[in-house]
Amino acid sequence: MIISIASGKGGTGKTTIATNLAVALGTDVNLLDCDVEEPNDHIFIQPTITHTEKVSLKVPQVDMNKCSLCGKCQEICQFQAIVVVGTTVLTFPELCHSCGGCMEVCPENAITEIDREMGIFESGSRNGLEFAYGRIFVGQVMAVPVIERVRAAVQPDKVNIIDAPPGTSCPVISSVKDTDFLILVTEPTPFGLNDLKLAVDMVKILAIPHGIIINRSDLGDDKVKEYAKEENIPILMEIPFDRQIAETYSKGKLLVVELPEWKERFIHLYEDVVKYAKKS
Amino acid sequence: MQKKANIKELIVISGKGGTGKTSLLGAFASLAKDKVLCDADVDAADLYLILEPDIQERHDFQEGHTAIIDPAMCTECGLCRELCRFHAISPEFIVDRIDCEGCGVCVYFCPEDAINFPVKTCGELFVSETRHGPMVHARLGIAEDNSGKLVTLTRKRANELAQKRDLNLILTDGPPGLACPVIASIAGATGVLIVTEPTLSGHHDMDRVVELANHFQIPAFVCINKYDLNVEMTETIEAYAQDKGVPVMGRIPFDPLFTKAMVEKQTIIEYDGSSRAAQAVKEIWERLESGL
Repeated sequence: MIISIASGKGGTGKTTIATNLAVALGTDVNLLDCDVEEPNDHIFIQPTITHTEKVSLKVPQVDMNKCSLCGKCQEICQFQAIVVVGTTVLTFPELCHSCGGCMEVCPENAITEIDREMGIFESGSRNGLEFAYGRIFVGQVMAVPVIERVRAAVQPDKVNIIDAPPGTSCPVISSVKDTDFLILVTEPTPFGLNDLKLAVDMVKILAIPHGIIINRSDLGDDKVKEYAKEENIPILMEIPFDRQIAETYSKGKLLVVELPEWKERFIHLYEDVVKYAKKS
Repeated sequence: MQKKANIKELIVISGKGGTGKTSLLGAFASLAKDKVLCDADVDAADLYLILEPDIQERHDFQEGHTAIIDPAMCTECGLCRELCRFHAISPEFIVDRIDCEGCGVCVYFCPEDAINFPVKTCGELFVSETRHGPMVHARLGIAEDNSGKLVTLTRKRANELAQKRDLNLILTDGPPGLACPVIASIAGATGVLIVTEPTLSGHHDMDRVVELANHFQIPAFVCINKYDLNVEMTETIEAYAQDKGVPVMGRIPFDPLFTKAMVEKQTIIEYDGSSRAAQAVKEIWERLESGL
């Protein structure tokens, strides 16, 4: 089972839901933080890291002793990542999508691939809870290769919980595609609703069963609820604004540990998710 | 037309989402004079919800290509599937629109020339008028890539508009995160204002965007929203910022008025200009104006 958590709008509470759900369920759980630009789950989980590896992308390296300057590499590259200039070939690794086209097309076999490091992948555990996350290096443009490395840590025999980045474009798609259920976390404000609608459009394209959690449910208006009703999307949980919750979060602490009444609510959330995932 | 060199552009970013970038930028829009507004959060553009732009121009954003196999010409030789590193071609020889990276390798090598490669329309760009001045904004299509290029285009358009109207300031709402769209939104800017919140997550994410701003040598400023939710953390963050040489522009108290103003499609300044929160935002704006 893979449950993903996304939001459209940032700061609605994805991390709160992902980390508390994972810890509430305890064992046989694998929490994966795919927000590799700004990962936060590890702050709350405090895992013991047992594995660290660099994540890299294959980029071209040209052997100028073999190159005949024919320009076919430049011609096939859609990303302007390899250019023939005078008697040399320049590569722009940060633009390279690693499609392998230049290497494939080179008639002189002058192109090989080298690793370009983009970020870090780490995994470990906390009290039987398995945990993995990635983080891109500051200044790196592409998040997706690191996200894909984190996604590869899914364990089929466990409940996998994926914390996705905000938005609705490629990094989110890579994080949530092929998951069994998607929890959309929103807030009942015009911004929250606008971005929720974008996220629902995305989920429809990906055809993933989904439900909504409304965070800070008493700060705003009723339009998110009306929308959920119109669209026939289940509301899985409502979390009112509460200074105690906000303070717990601010210190990097878990609700299910500090405010034990939440543990049952998160277990109940999981049961609902399983029910809705089966239904569709 | 001669290029004006003295246009200043301030980008509001945060690292962590939901710290209040758009509410703050909206407030600045009601305080600053003679500016162009720009929403560079093309993935989840929200500024329009407060400023209710009257759209004057609408442009398709076309970028990149997508492969489409013509089944009438395909002999199912399988070369494309072998070469595609993105696993975007199914055993039935249908290209998955979402998985296709637009690299064109399959198009180039198909022995039957059976693969078309049309340009994609990935979004829309708008030039609008608002009650607080002209605004350039955009909307990236759902599940599209190329957000960085749309950000760059949106900012370029805002710059052209500023030149044309002889306006010296561009206020840009940036996206959350650290990678492609954020880098595209801050490259070449006069300064960035990092809006953070007094949480461990906010602190962690701010540290990474401060590093990013340094990496691109863009002057950064910090302000702390909802500071009173954890005063101790606010002090820790301020000390960290000072240590990194990032000037702290001020603190904004937690106030449900921000949400109330948003529901009424108003900025906090318009909704209740005498509130503590509005006063705090005004002070931050005054410091920023002299800091730029």
